[in-house]
Amino acid sequence: MNLLTQLFTTFFKIGAFTFGGGWAMISIIEKEIVDKHRWIAKEDFLDLLAVAQSLPGILAVNISVAVGDKLRGTRGSIAAAAGTILPSVLIILAIAIFLTPDLIKNNDTLSAIFKGIRPAVVALIIAPVITSAKSARIGWKTVAIPVVTALLIWSKWPVISNPILFIVLGGVGGYLWHRRQLKRLRAADGNAGKGGEA
Amino acid sequence: MIYLQLIWSYLKIGLFGFGGGYAMLSLIEKEIVGPGWISEQMFTDIVAISQMTPGPIGINSATYIGYVAPGETDPAFAGPVWGILGSLLCTLVVILPSFLLVAKLSRFITRHHESDVIKGIFAGLRPVVVGLIASAALLLMNGDNFGTQSPDIIKSVIICAAAFCAVMFTKIHPILVIILAGVAGWILY
Repeated sequence: MNLLTQLFTTFFKIGAFTFGGGWAMISIIEKEIVDKHRWIAKEDFLDLLAVAQSLPGILAVNISVAVGDKLRGTRGSIAAAAGTILPSVLIILAIAIFLTPDLIKNNDTLSAIFKGIRPAVVALIIAPVITSAKSARIGWKTVAIPVVTALLIWSKWPVISNPILFIVLGGVGGYLWHRRQLKRLRAADGNAGKGGEA
Repeated sequence: MIYLQLIWSYLKIGLFGFGGGYAMLSLIEKEIVGPGWISEQMFTDIVAISQMTPGPIGINSATYIGYVAPGETDPAFAGPVWGILGSLLCTLVVILPSFLLVAKLSRFITRHHESDVIKGIFAGLRPVVVGLIASAALLLMNGDNFGTQSPDIIKSVIICAAAFCAVMFTKIHPILVIILAGVAGWILY
């Protein structure tokens, strides 16, 4: 089996058996690519992971593309990404063809089941709000950012409820703030240096 | 033309989808539910099914939304053939930026990901991502998902609170939580 086929089948297996995407997938990809097949050294994999995380898009797809690209260029990235997404596409298509919106609405059992599921889905989205707030170290100084972002998007007001606006503002704001901090640090260093000379 | 609109929306979702699947939900909600291509309820159902099936939620939901949206907006596009076309378009478009950006920028980022510019950008993005996830949760807390009459609302709030405690404080798998909520719905309604 050549490497392209192997890339495809490896990522297909990962795509077919990993529930939850994202980080759940990363650890399995690392096991397969670094430990089992030894295609990429651990440090290189961590570099690719940094790339995958820094770029927008679906994390599992980004890391597949990065691994495939490193091993076999564009063709490798296509093979790996195709492997990752194909199980999802096939399974979801099979479900979507049978589970139509009308069926859920008109079938009493199904509509009762989904009435129970919908509030639970909301709970599953509230949980990562709290865990991501912890890992982002949200404190009293920064809590306004997520609160204002969430409320304005929720408001559905034109223009200022657009999530893209907040992503751009966050990136640009973070960059400018960081640069100001650095300037201050350097200024302080500069003064300290002069003081030392004097 | 719904297909072109879906492509344009999913291009934006792919290009600005920072912070993982849950953060992406607010973008999908804005781009897809906002214009009314699918209902709030259908969106929530799709999120549930995307969580219960293997693979990333971003891919699963793109495939599902691509299948449903054309038929929901125009009866002429109902049926499997138009649905599969929509699925493939949305899924391919949402991964397209990954190909272009990873190939073009991976060397640059490997060299600079410790740099102050990139560190600064992500320091700013992190709290925004928390807000994006929170907005997705807020947007889904509505009458479509929780009911409009008080007995329904009470049942929904109880299920939501129980599910929240299960995922936050126990090691029960989220998929099992969804299944149990489905059983609760089947018994309660």
